[in-house]
Amino acid sequence: MIKSLDPRITRAEIELTNTIAPLEENDQWETYEVFHQKKRGDQHMHVGIVHAANPEMALLFAKEQYGRRGQSVNIWVVKTREVYTTDYEDSDIFDTVPEKMFREAGGYKVMEKINKYKKEHKI
Amino acid sequence: MYGNAYIDPNEKANSIVAGEDPEKLAEFEARISKGEKIEPKDWMPQEYRKQLIRMIEQHAHSEIIGALPEGTWITRAPGFQRKLALMAKVQDEVGHAQLLYSAAETLGKSREAMINDLITGKSKYSNVFNYPAFEWADACIIAWLIDAGAIINQVANAKGSYGPYCRALDRICTEESFHLKYGHDAVVTLATGTPYQRKMVQDALTRWWPPIMHFFGPSDKISQHTEILMKWKVKMASNDDMRQQYLNMYVPKIWDLGLTLPDPNLKKNEETGKWDYTEPDWEEFKRVINGDGPCNAERLAVRRNAEERGRWVREALKTADTKYIVPLA
Repeated sequence: MIKSLDPRITRAEIELTNTIAPLEENDQWETYEVFHQKKRGDQHMHVGIVHAANPEMALLFAKEQYGRRGQSVNIWVVKTREVYTTDYEDSDIFDTVPEKMFREAGGYKVMEKINKYKKEHKI
Repeated sequence: MYGNAYIDPNEKANSIVAGEDPEKLAEFEARISKGEKIEPKDWMPQEYRKQLIRMIEQHAHSEIIGALPEGTWITRAPGFQRKLALMAKVQDEVGHAQLLYSAAETLGKSREAMINDLITGKSKYSNVFNYPAFEWADACIIAWLIDAGAIINQVANAKGSYGPYCRALDRICTEESFHLKYGHDAVVTLATGTPYQRKMVQDALTRWWPPIMHFFGPSDKISQHTEILMKWKVKMASNDDMRQQYLNMYVPKIWDLGLTLPDPNLKKNEETGKWDYTEPDWEEFKRVINGDGPCNAERLAVRRNAEERGRWVREALKTADTKYIVPLA
């Protein structure tokens, strides 16, 4: 038995040469993605994951791990396997092409027209 | 808190990028040199993945094991305020382990595999935690001077290239600032207290100085391995540079308290601007990291015991449809 400097460990009566069976797959359950809102009015943001056996536990762990210093007013959790994502490899789908300037503010330049009109009509 | 991931400077470095697609490798390196972050599903060289897993995993293990020497004094902390603060700190460290295991998992190693590698002794953790906290003052020295080393390391690594690790470190660094202040306060309280308290803290400092000098690991400047890891922003500063930064920041603060350090050669060299010191005993470092330290066996036995005695709870909560997939980020 371990005689430790830590009385809690001595009390637990632990064999120094103990051996245990390795942890099996899913021993640590599955993961939930955690989203938190820092303050009311902000959007929820992804902050990381927790391992949990059910959603209630996931919320509890999320509060402990991501809300420890008063930085959250609200938390969402969702199972990782229920999140659908795009691939970074396909990030070109978000590219804007020049011929789509009709949907950009910068696609509209009126000053030239106004100045030309003023000059022609001596306004 | 944390220790530096131990990278053997003599490891064969020749095969680092052998077999990697040169085009993808160039693209990957260009992205890093532009300061972009690498995300879990991006292409990455095998060696990058391997080194990051090892580093983040060791960091996580260090947080978990580090809770043991510090926790030693929770039951006998001097006063309720100190006890509450120490409990909060130790709980933070265990929380940091959770964040770090999560970051490492995004690289494809399951949490179960990491825990198994810890409890069988296959994975390493920061060597300092193989030393005991004999007195309350040891716990104070750990909280101030080990956490200080950890912060230097973590602030540097937070500017690294792997997104999930950087994000975890940002969160961790915020909490570590409380640890540092708490530790400093606890040490100052002893150092400005009764002659007996001063003796306690001096003795603890003398005990901890050699492990503190080991903390950043052996000199690694000559290693080709380090070079590529620094290029990939896995490692952000050499062990020696971090040690110098540490000495520069903390030795004056220690001396300011009228405490002494057990190294007659320790002084700032005015010509080079660097600190001279007696070379730490790297043979002892290797011996302890490979299992033969004062507390290695106890630390792992306690860890195994915790896994074993909690197993039935984890089993009871498992549901038939549990299905693990690698976390997203």
